[in-house]
Amino acid sequence: MKTVAKFEIGFEQYLDPEGKPTKKLPRTANKEELLKLYRLMTLVRIFDTKAIALQRTGKLGTYASSLGHEAAHAAIGVAMKEKDCLAPMYREYAAQIERGVKMSEILLYWGGDERGSNFSGPAHDFPWCVPIATQYLHAAGAAAAFKYRKEERVAVTVIGDGGTSEGDFYEAINAAGAWQLPFVGVVVNNKWAISVPLEKQTAAETLAQKGVAAGIECVQVDGNDIVAMREVMEKALAKARAGKGPTLIEALTYRLHDHTTADDASRYRSDEEVKAHESKEPLIRLRKYLMEQGWWTEEDEEKLIEECRAEVDEAVSEYQNIEPPGVEDMFDYHFEEITEPLAEQREVAIREARRNG
Amino acid sequence: MAKMTLIDAINMAMAHELENDDRVVVYGEDVGVNGGVFRATIGLQERFGEERVMDTPLAESMIAGMGVGMAAQGLRPVGEIQFSGFIYPGFDQIISHAARLRNRTRGRMTCPLVIRAPFGGGIHAPEHHSESTEALFAHIPGLRTVIPSSPQRAYGLLLAAIRCPDPVIFFEPNRLYRLTKQEVEDNGEALPLDVCFVLREGTDVTLISWAPAMNETLKAAAELEEEGISCEVIDVATIAPLDMETILDSVAKTGRAVIVHEAPRNVGVGAEIAANLAEHGIYDLRAPIQRVTGYDTVMPLAKMEKQYLPSTARIKDAARRTMED
Repeated sequence: MKTVAKFEIGFEQYLDPEGKPTKKLPRTANKEELLKLYRLMTLVRIFDTKAIALQRTGKLGTYASSLGHEAAHAAIGVAMKEKDCLAPMYREYAAQIERGVKMSEILLYWGGDERGSNFSGPAHDFPWCVPIATQYLHAAGAAAAFKYRKEERVAVTVIGDGGTSEGDFYEAINAAGAWQLPFVGVVVNNKWAISVPLEKQTAAETLAQKGVAAGIECVQVDGNDIVAMREVMEKALAKARAGKGPTLIEALTYRLHDHTTADDASRYRSDEEVKAHESKEPLIRLRKYLMEQGWWTEEDEEKLIEECRAEVDEAVSEYQNIEPPGVEDMFDYHFEEITEPLAEQREVAIREARRNG
Repeated sequence: MAKMTLIDAINMAMAHELENDDRVVVYGEDVGVNGGVFRATIGLQERFGEERVMDTPLAESMIAGMGVGMAAQGLRPVGEIQFSGFIYPGFDQIISHAARLRNRTRGRMTCPLVIRAPFGGGIHAPEHHSESTEALFAHIPGLRTVIPSSPQRAYGLLLAAIRCPDPVIFFEPNRLYRLTKQEVEDNGEALPLDVCFVLREGTDVTLISWAPAMNETLKAAAELEEEGISCEVIDVATIAPLDMETILDSVAKTGRAVIVHEAPRNVGVGAEIAANLAEHGIYDLRAPIQRVTGYDTVMPLAKMEKQYLPSTARIKDAARRTMED
């Protein structure tokens, strides 16, 4: 039999887990940019810890931690332009904060208030998306709109390893390929889809290669290496912006926390496994590199943590001081103009709310 | 003014909006060169180009989901699902996103998406091509569900659906696509999306129907007239939101109601109308409400289709029952 098609998947890494360069770093890995990324990742780490604490004390609903994913998310946020469009899943806080979403809004959402999704980031960014993989199609649709209007904009979307088993994932990358859309799909492979490990999710050697079947460029990257992650994002965005088609990026990372605060990962994975990944997480290696370069000291670290804590505390206090919504909010955003049957029910609900105090 | 079929009117409405609004794009399986399997989009790609009338890969969730994405980013996408029986892979996107995006973002993002699909029985098609599933969609908060049953209403309602700032499920009764012709002026005048149509005035009984069953309902009304039973006929057309006011006004006058739909009886839209009549119009009723519907069975294949669909005879029987003292 003759071979009619062959493929190979490249793997990108610049900083190893010890923070040692594996090759010459790219232009974006300069002091200023790396410090900016380190601050963002640290802020999100502290925010995340605080959000979990709020949930544990009954001040927040179920929350999806981003612990361990910070580099993948921060790189997405930093590489994108404001005019680009992000269709996230639900834990890409670093990307969203970089794009202008307030931490108080993230808390508002997880606190059970829709107003959190009416956030301060770009008005064209999609809200958090719970049904797995559906966001990939929204990004493909957004990319189709940008291409139709001949705008130099890119739609970026994020999914987990489990999500790549969904039909919508494949339908989206397939359409992005068929129409050569300005689309960048990121697969944040954290090895666990709640309790199902990657090896039970797929027989594919990599998740990146799923893009091969869609005929689109695909690459695997060390998602805990912020330098590599950013470089791969920058390239994919530039390519899409130039009208040269979509890219699928598989970012290898590890979910260090439970799936959400409603989950207990100790039921299905060992402490040893988690511990083995703790040393590879993204902040450690960037900090080591920064210190090695002489761009960061213990004092800088302490100062940064203090600043971030203050910023997070302020966001928490903002969140806790937001007036609760009126019951009419439940009705007022279903249609541009409320329908008559709904208007009647709205009156009933307002009356009931008054009665209930 | 040209006489045309319902499917011609659908085509004319899309052409009108493509002509007048750059944001409108038409997309779906086979809608381009082929003009759709029923030819609803015939000539549109030729006239407006491949960028605006797009053949898509064969994937219904993609049609719905990319529609959400395009609509949220400022386009007015008009997607076609080849038959309503193939809409289910797109159901998640329609229910979880199209219907919710405005509410989820408290108005920051909207979803002015139209999903068109041929609908209903009576064309001897294979399995999955003949069901009536309007109740599935009418049940979903944030969605509008519309089913025209004449060329004029098809034109005016599709214009309205495309211009609507919110998502609309637009079912087209394929049995009526070429059944009759009617004069339709390409005047760009949309019809309201929340008002029922009184097609025939009468005094004894109100026949309430929609979609292809409208055909048998109108026939029944004409034949009942000869028996001395005067029927008022309402085409609900805008299934959700439901215009109960028009229906209640009519039943206040006639005191009798027969609801006719092709969909299964159990938890059908007829049940919602009957419940509203009971809640708000029971003192006007002079006879029990009657429902003439499909059976609570799987839609049969072509050979038994006729047994399943509400017939003119069944509608007439139901109307006569309401006239018994």
